[in-house]
Amino acid sequence: MESLAPDTAPSAPPPIRRLDPQDPTPAQEAVPTTATSFVAAKRSIAAPQFSIRRMEVDRVSIHYGAKAAVKGVSLPIRQGEVLALIGPSGCGKTTLLRSLNRLTELTAAARLSGSIRLDDVDIRLIEPTLLRRRVTMVFQQPNPFPMSVFDNIAYVLREQGSRRVRKKALEPQVHSALARAGLFEEVKDNLKHPALKLSGGQQQRLCIARALAAEPEVLLLDEPCSALDPQSTAVIEDLIVRLRDDVAVVIVTHNLQQAYRIADHVAFMYLGDLVEYNSATRLFNSPTQQRTAEYVSGAFG
Amino acid sequence: MESSVVTPPPPAPPESKVPTKAVEGSATWSLVDRLGLAFCWFLGLLFCAIAAAIVIYLLIQGIKFLKLSELTTPAAAGFTEGESGGFSDAFVGTLILGVMGISMALPIGVAIAVWLVEYGRPRALARITEMTIEAIAGIPSIVLALFGTVIFTSTALGFLSRSNEGVVFGRSFFAASSMLALEALPLVVASTREGLNAIPRHVREASYAVGKTKAATTRRILLPTARPQIATGGMLGLGRIIGDTAIIVVLLGATQNFSPVEGAPFPLDYLRGAGTSLTNFVYEASPTGNLNQPQKAYAAAFVLLLMVLALNAATDLVHRRARKVGTWSH
Repeated sequence: MESLAPDTAPSAPPPIRRLDPQDPTPAQEAVPTTATSFVAAKRSIAAPQFSIRRMEVDRVSIHYGAKAAVKGVSLPIRQGEVLALIGPSGCGKTTLLRSLNRLTELTAAARLSGSIRLDDVDIRLIEPTLLRRRVTMVFQQPNPFPMSVFDNIAYVLREQGSRRVRKKALEPQVHSALARAGLFEEVKDNLKHPALKLSGGQQQRLCIARALAAEPEVLLLDEPCSALDPQSTAVIEDLIVRLRDDVAVVIVTHNLQQAYRIADHVAFMYLGDLVEYNSATRLFNSPTQQRTAEYVSGAFG
Repeated sequence: MESSVVTPPPPAPPESKVPTKAVEGSATWSLVDRLGLAFCWFLGLLFCAIAAAIVIYLLIQGIKFLKLSELTTPAAAGFTEGESGGFSDAFVGTLILGVMGISMALPIGVAIAVWLVEYGRPRALARITEMTIEAIAGIPSIVLALFGTVIFTSTALGFLSRSNEGVVFGRSFFAASSMLALEALPLVVASTREGLNAIPRHVREASYAVGKTKAATTRRILLPTARPQIATGGMLGLGRIIGDTAIIVVLLGATQNFSPVEGAPFPLDYLRGAGTSLTNFVYEASPTGNLNQPQKAYAAAFVLLLMVLALNAATDLVHRRARKVGTWSH
């Protein structure tokens, strides 16, 4: 697989505005000094080479009626690294994730205060369909559309409901999206194969390819591996880490080991509060907060 | 090579009387439950037997009496069965009603279902729409037919039927197929709603999450996914349309032949005129009807039955094709 090679990268990426090239927070940390009871597989990934601030979550609170789902959370989201949101069920991490591309607006009357900025523009000022092409999302359940593998990607590339652009013309983009999601080699012989007849892991990678086809700046993943077997999970984790140079990756996960394996920074949320935001090594090995220490050592959650 | 140190396996145990597979039986059930089960079996089989009897009887009678010439010759006045012609006008009339009725009911029904499932705001209006649709589904077709005469005899709608010195006749293919469409509408709506509701929410969100609008999602994802159920609704509606008699009698005039309106351009002269359908022909040709030619009634009923069976087969085909595409795991 050579999905990171420059020739398979999108030919015309959207203009990248480097907001803060010398982002003061280096993701790589020194070896932790205090040991905790957290035992996980050794991190095998290299430190990110760079990080560019793409999104800024600034004192965001989200209310459903009187109930606060997220309380005053501030976070940076950077290209070049993977950010994991962890925490027990109902802690607001999925709500926060879904508000990053204004998907919360579609389902419930959620009230958002504070601001979320994408490249320094408040996302409330960006037309939702445009925003959602710049901040795409992959869901917990693999949900390819009931059409062929090719058409799943082509649907994203075409203008809204149009069928105007011919299949032939879309081929290079479809192939590149599939390649970036590490699926091309497996499906290239039959792109007409019904997407819902792929295996679960392949379906989820197709969903990632679909999300990448829009050439987003930020990729949101909502527990993308929770419906998959360990082998498919490993493939997707590997993929996520390789994607972090092209897009800012935010992943919500219940799986602490997974967060430790793939994330560069981890945000631990509890009952809507951001308890701790730190590099993965720090947060898991020497958490600064009592709650975090308890959670990562399995005392609750 | 086997080593002699290894002790031979113990001889196989003698054939045991103990069953090797535990099966739940009804032996432990109470008498009421056992009788209930037996009753269910009996009724299920009885129902199959009745359906089979109807189909087989009609098949035999139909094959015996149906002549292809009956499908091509219109009914005529005559003293003997040979002189009275066939039922081509009724056959073509049923086809016209089916095509016109379903081409009104299907788009309107699908649109209503999409609005109810995907939009449905304000809530109160959606509830009222639902209740209205349910009410229409419950109205007997003879009542719909009477309502139709009120509408289609109005002067404003005179162009849809024959009018004579300012008096609107109100009976035409337009009038009948409109009311038949109304009868089929609830079936299309219900089936389409079922199809749309079966699509998980996250599939819609997946489309929104790549920047698609609700309209694009509905057109390219939701409606194609719900196609089997929409087809089922259409087929059920079509079955209702070609099976109805009351509306034909009241709103189509139930003449034995087409009676096109003179002076109108080609398709309109027939569509504005009165006519008949297979169901009405079967009624008229049955011993209770004016024609009293039971053999032709059987032949026409057989044609009707074949049409309904063909509809069922077509629905099945759509569903089978949909299974090839697969569905989401829940």
